[in-house]
Amino acid sequence: MSLFSFLGAIELGLIYGLVGLAVYLSFRVLNFPDLTVDGSFPLGASVCAAAILGGLDPITATLLAILAGAVAGWITAILAVRFGILHLLASILVMIALFSINIRIMGRPNAALLGQTTLFSPFEGLSFLPFDQARILVELVAVALVTFLLARYLNSDQGLALRATGANPRMARAQGIDTERQTLSGMALSNGIVALAGALFAQANGFADVTMGLGTIVVGLAAVIVGETLFRLKGILGALIACLLGSLLYRLVIAFALDVNMLGIEASDLNLVTAVLVGFALLAPKLRARMRKAAR
Amino acid sequence: MIQVEGIKLTFGAGTPLETRALRGISLSIEEGQFVTVIGSNGAGKSTLLSVLAGDVAPDEGRIVIDGRDVTRLPAHRRAELVARVFQDPKAGTCEALTIEENMALGIARGSVRRLKPALDPARQSRFRDSLAELGLGLENRLSDPVGLLSGGQRQAVSLLMAALAPMKILLLDEHTAALDPRTADLVLDLTQKIIDRHGLTALMVTHSMRQALDHGSRTLMLHEGKVAFDVAGEARAGLDVPDLLALFRRRQGGELDDDALLTG
Repeated sequence: MSLFSFLGAIELGLIYGLVGLAVYLSFRVLNFPDLTVDGSFPLGASVCAAAILGGLDPITATLLAILAGAVAGWITAILAVRFGILHLLASILVMIALFSINIRIMGRPNAALLGQTTLFSPFEGLSFLPFDQARILVELVAVALVTFLLARYLNSDQGLALRATGANPRMARAQGIDTERQTLSGMALSNGIVALAGALFAQANGFADVTMGLGTIVVGLAAVIVGETLFRLKGILGALIACLLGSLLYRLVIAFALDVNMLGIEASDLNLVTAVLVGFALLAPKLRARMRKAAR
Repeated sequence: MIQVEGIKLTFGAGTPLETRALRGISLSIEEGQFVTVIGSNGAGKSTLLSVLAGDVAPDEGRIVIDGRDVTRLPAHRRAELVARVFQDPKAGTCEALTIEENMALGIARGSVRRLKPALDPARQSRFRDSLAELGLGLENRLSDPVGLLSGGQRQAVSLLMAALAPMKILLLDEHTAALDPRTADLVLDLTQKIIDRHGLTALMVTHSMRQALDHGSRTLMLHEGKVAFDVAGEARAGLDVPDLLALFRRRQGGELDDDALLTG
């Protein structure tokens, strides 16, 4: 594997590691399978790109993207908990709506950020660090910050209420927890983080595209599942770090598979490979149980 | 003081499955009173508890706890007044969370949850002390997921959790019914201890007349959504299971058809 594709895999692994954290929050903590992320990832990218092209500074643009993602997640949660629409369906509705909205935001299906000032611009042309490595450093700091803050939140009284909401809503209500409100804020937080990932992706790669969200949920799930299967780390911080490691590992494996030409895998096969991988990982506990039963 | 005034509740009104679960229940419970509630299946015991806890709102009637009308408040908004232990040991705790995290959820019942860490040394030592009194060795397992505990241990933890925060009434919904007899006795003893120590007002639903007489200071029997009898004090002191049956027969003019009540 070349250094170029290795660094590329690390960079993607970090950015999609954020998606992994967000999917952990919705899928594992809140027990809410959320497909909104396929829309909120490009939403983050679109809002950030449109804001930067509109003359805003990159920090404001990124914060706007996070806010937009949070609103998207909040709407999905409203549809599910207030109006009783099945959570999967509610999230698909918002995801589909976001496709049109993202085009509206950019005014066209994609936007280029080449030559614009991004979060990464201050680190361009440093004498001691090539730009691609400097970008990874910035992303690493961002991801570490989000991971630490999220772990700190989930270990607070409020975060514990969020976890109880997903784990045992009846018990949560008996403890005085407003489970509806917790679901709303948890989903907003989750999609805010996804939008942050989208905004970082757009700024790192210099473009936003309305189709860039396709399969984001599966990649996020892959990170969560690879992480929790291979790295059994204790506690909430451990679980979050496992998601990040899962994401990095997943990207490295894919980069490796693409590098080894004899497998004949092309970039366009990735979605299939990912789906098969995640499918197997989801089945693994059941297969293991069945095998154990058969052995007895 | 808990006042229940003319509570009526019908499930599935207007359908072929219409069930008149509560048909006008009124009672008032003094502070510090430990009331046991018996009744056959479908008598309305659990429904009464659900109405008190706020899981369902009654069709008619009023519930006043400590001077506050809570009739229309959902469960989570009256949690500062009401603590509960469920019948299903899995219902009262979160499996995936650790013992100390569950207890942190319990200690914050009814208060505003903030961003400060849920676990700090002061809380942990308080949790450890109260777990130690159980004598189950749980004080050394604070960071174990609750999913690793047995049903009896989980009910014990649920009881401790309930007692961590102030309340006006403790609702116990057949909380020993899912346990084996020996564990059930253990949990029942613990219940009595906790209620005595904190001077709690409590309402315990049970399937067993024996339990209902051995514990508490007042016994209520529900039948078909109404109070069949309500005995306390001297009238209750000398009663035995056959006396309860006679009492029931006299009030209702009918036989009980639920054997489980007699054997328990």
